[in-house]
Amino acid sequence: MLNTGSISAEQGPPLWLLAELTYRCPLQCPYCSNPLEFANHKGELSTAQWIDVFTQARALGAAQLGFSGGEPLVREDLAELIGAARELGFYTNLITSGMGLTEAKIEAFREAGLDHIQISFQASDAEINNMLAGSRKAFEQKLAMARAVKAAGYPMVLNFVTHRHNIDQIDRIIELCVALEADFVELATCQYYGWAHLNRAGLLPTKAQLDHAEQVTNEWREKLAEQGNPCKLILVTPDYYEERPKGCMNGWGNIFLTITPDGTALPCHSARQLPVSFPSVTEHSLSHIWYDSFGFNRFRGYDWMSEPCRSCDEKEKDFGGCRCQAYLLTGDATQADPVCSKSPHHHKILQARAEAEQPQPGIEELTFRNERTSRIICKV
Amino acid sequence: MNPVVRDNTPVLRPGFRLQWEPVQNSHVLLYPEGMVKLNESAAEVLLLVDGKRPVADIIDTLTDKFPNVPGLDEDVLAFIEVAHAQHWLHIR
Repeated sequence: MLNTGSISAEQGPPLWLLAELTYRCPLQCPYCSNPLEFANHKGELSTAQWIDVFTQARALGAAQLGFSGGEPLVREDLAELIGAARELGFYTNLITSGMGLTEAKIEAFREAGLDHIQISFQASDAEINNMLAGSRKAFEQKLAMARAVKAAGYPMVLNFVTHRHNIDQIDRIIELCVALEADFVELATCQYYGWAHLNRAGLLPTKAQLDHAEQVTNEWREKLAEQGNPCKLILVTPDYYEERPKGCMNGWGNIFLTITPDGTALPCHSARQLPVSFPSVTEHSLSHIWYDSFGFNRFRGYDWMSEPCRSCDEKEKDFGGCRCQAYLLTGDATQADPVCSKSPHHHKILQARAEAEQPQPGIEELTFRNERTSRIICKV
Repeated sequence: MNPVVRDNTPVLRPGFRLQWEPVQNSHVLLYPEGMVKLNESAAEVLLLVDGKRPVADIIDTLTDKFPNVPGLDEDVLAFIEVAHAQHWLHIR
């Protein structure tokens, strides 16, 4: 096989490739997962470079490919990239805001072999959706495109990012998704990295809000099951209300491989903010990057851990939690994820929960993700 | 959900794809943002799910291929029921 390094003797292949084609996006969501300093990374791989990345990733064993961004639709070569990826045998997923999507594009992507389209919504009604997306006509466009995606015969995932301003509408959100005949609905509370971390106080729901959302979701699950409706509801709760951390990305550099617009390879889409040097596909083969690079091996295995993780009997289950969260909250990426009640920094999570119980700024006071703000926040 | 019977004809749900993955040395079922690695018997059944063959034909075909496996028909029915409950396939 392609294994050459010491850890890589046991390391399996990447199964999931996330291609962040561009950081350009017409929306300004205040919880965007792109790095705060995205405006500093203007470079984008060419069509040929992307196809080369897909070819290498497929040879390593990747089977799922997500086209993401930014908004991937702004890449004019998207249909060509889809076609090449499908030809290689990838299951191709388009992860889009729906902005810029047209029926003609939906049809062109179908012909190119696109397997599935995921559309993200910001809330269930036009006003809050548009305010969060920073666009007046966003909601109507998304609804029209969701209908067109189903009419074209695609399976459809609808993704609602939930937070304290919209989570109380979860009943209407689910109702809308069922009416749109979504096959899967991701009710994903913000994960507090990048822009969402910057805006955390204005986004984190209270415990009571979360409990309510879980209850409503469970009621809908029962109803859907009774009706034999295959629509699957996936509720992603914020780990800020957990006592044990998530097994982030199923382990560092274990199955996920993200390629950013400029070709930097990451073990997850948030990792760019870590003080770790990550390799670029413009300089190294994907095989080297996955199996041998410093960045991908940095937090593999257990040797990097400090206490309490090192001697913890749950380390093989949660891998010490999320490296990005550990770094964001403690300044040290080798610490236990502070979500863990065994972490000496767990009080920071408790503090955030207490903050959530207090009145917080309204939506209009959040910091919206756009180039100008990105340049101000991250002066170079 | 009604139990699956021999007259039923299963078909993969739209957007679901069965594929051989050499690196994993197995068949996988791919669907939006997900992948299930199939064991050999599950793959043998799903390879015969084409929207035309009824369950009875699938059982006959597999019985011819694996004549010495006891209780094969029950296993096939049980697997198709599980796959149906998971919404991997529709039943006609």
